[in-house]
Amino acid sequence: MSTIKPGTRLKSVVCDTEVMVIKYSGDADISCGGTSMIDAKADAPEKGTINEAFSDGSLVGKRYVDADDTMELLCVKPGAGSMSVGDVPLVEKSAKSLPSSD
Amino acid sequence: MNIAMLLQMAAETFPDRIALTSSNKDYSYGELYSAAQSAARMFTDSGCDYVSVLDVSSPAVPIALFGAGIAGVPYVPLNYRLSRTELTGLLGRISPVYLITDPGHVEEYQNADIANLIETDAFLAGTLSGDAKETEASDGGDAIAVQLFTSGTTGQPKAAILRHENLVSYILGSVEFMAADEEEANLVTVPPYHIAGISAILSSFYAGRRIVQLPNFSPESWIQLCEGQSVTNVFVVPTMLSRVMEYIESLDTKPKLDALKSVAYGGGKMPINVIKLALIAFPHVNFTNAYGLTETSSTIAVLGPEDHRLANDSDVPEIHRRLGSVGKSLPSVEIEIRDDEGNVLGHNHSGEIYVRGPQVSGEYIERDAKDGDGWFPTRDAGFLDEDGYLFLSGRADDVIVRGGENISPGEVEEVLMAHENVTDAMVLGIPSDEWGEAVVAVVVLKPGTDAHVGDLQKMVRDKLRSSRVPEQILIESALPYNDMGKLIRRQIKALFL
Repeated sequence: MSTIKPGTRLKSVVCDTEVMVIKYSGDADISCGGTSMIDAKADAPEKGTINEAFSDGSLVGKRYVDADDTMELLCVKPGAGSMSVGDVPLVEKSAKSLPSSD
Repeated sequence: MNIAMLLQMAAETFPDRIALTSSNKDYSYGELYSAAQSAARMFTDSGCDYVSVLDVSSPAVPIALFGAGIAGVPYVPLNYRLSRTELTGLLGRISPVYLITDPGHVEEYQNADIANLIETDAFLAGTLSGDAKETEASDGGDAIAVQLFTSGTTGQPKAAILRHENLVSYILGSVEFMAADEEEANLVTVPPYHIAGISAILSSFYAGRRIVQLPNFSPESWIQLCEGQSVTNVFVVPTMLSRVMEYIESLDTKPKLDALKSVAYGGGKMPINVIKLALIAFPHVNFTNAYGLTETSSTIAVLGPEDHRLANDSDVPEIHRRLGSVGKSLPSVEIEIRDDEGNVLGHNHSGEIYVRGPQVSGEYIERDAKDGDGWFPTRDAGFLDEDGYLFLSGRADDVIVRGGENISPGEVEEVLMAHENVTDAMVLGIPSDEWGEAVVAVVVLKPGTDAHVGDLQKMVRDKLRSSRVPEQILIESALPYNDMGKLIRRQIKALFL
């Protein structure tokens, strides 16, 4: 469990994934690969193993949201683990395709 | 989130991919991110409160923009065409500043009270030398990323501010990370001190689309760069498109522009006949009309390629007229039309355009112009049709009130433009003892042609009504536009006063 706000950067302890909080303020158990993520600036503990149930991977530049759309995270570094809050998986936010306007 | 994160992601994902081509030199995302980190340290060490670039486009623009972001100080680009008096006034509002500028301005300001003054080439040499240490950007999304002095076509420039979170919301909401193919290239001709110049850098870098800079626009150099650099995307203001088309018309051997896929335009009203000719001249190109303001972090509505084709091909008047609209709002942006009392108006009723969304800052250094619910009054006038297409009819301040009747200059200009010899028109109100305001007009004619004022007045009377008929119509050789294709109305008004 960590306290997060927009701009907080978290890293996985089981893979290379890093995310940045876009939307959400408060306490949340943001996990990657099945294990809680930690502050990106913290010393990394020895790498654990990815839980099979959370091994679909995270893609750089994709946004991950919860079902109620109260939380949005941007993946800034890709990794082999996939995102969840506790045991509840986050889903990739589908982007509307817009013509390039600038 | 800090805007520098956008470049950091690109640099960590594709360090060697070319981000920018300027004066035939290529710069990768890795190089530019490292340069921005060096710049950030220079800014922090200098103790400056603002970073400014007073120069034409060069790699110094993105380096200073992202460097200022990392250092946590506002980036304030200045218009190099302003007079010494105007510039001195603006510089006084951003002190102490770290000023990156051309040799001419360095000479002019070396004895002035400028905290840090550096020539653009020296800044580039210092930041691109490649010995950057890791410098992490601060987290504060609510800090000011960019401060832009509005063009002030009607009065004193206002200092509009855009926070990191406004710009990042715009990019994340409208651009997919690294969605561009590696061969895509975006020719950027808009001046670097304009919001379109800022958003072009952010969007292109995040999309992985190489930027090709053209510091001084001319139709010849534009076409040369398009062909030489295999440019796929361009953004133009309406006057640039007109000039490119006239130039191509005058050539015996037409340029192919084979690589060109997409033309985005905005910044001013596109004459309907120009876009129609462009659709014919470039059948393989996708056209996108973008509408936005400085205070909204650039684009808030787009008329996409499919909309252009459908409208152009349609015989249904309600669909065909959409070619003259600015399209629909972005998914993350809400638009409302309100009357003078603040009541929300229904479809096809003209009023002031209000906008709301995370990319909308609506703020100036002096005050926040948003209302309690986050709506920003744009001061632009327009209406929405039944399907949500937005039509602009000028600035709300430009509405002429003649004898208690509201007259939108746009509707009268449209009628005047329909005359076969009229290429440009502007309608405005001047003080009148009888009516409060009187309607007057200036028109520009095709070279070597003529038009009778009486005929023009009759066209307006027949098409609209007598209250709309301009009392005076002057014929001029050209209308005054600024660099972004915006009419400088006060200059025209002076012709009548």
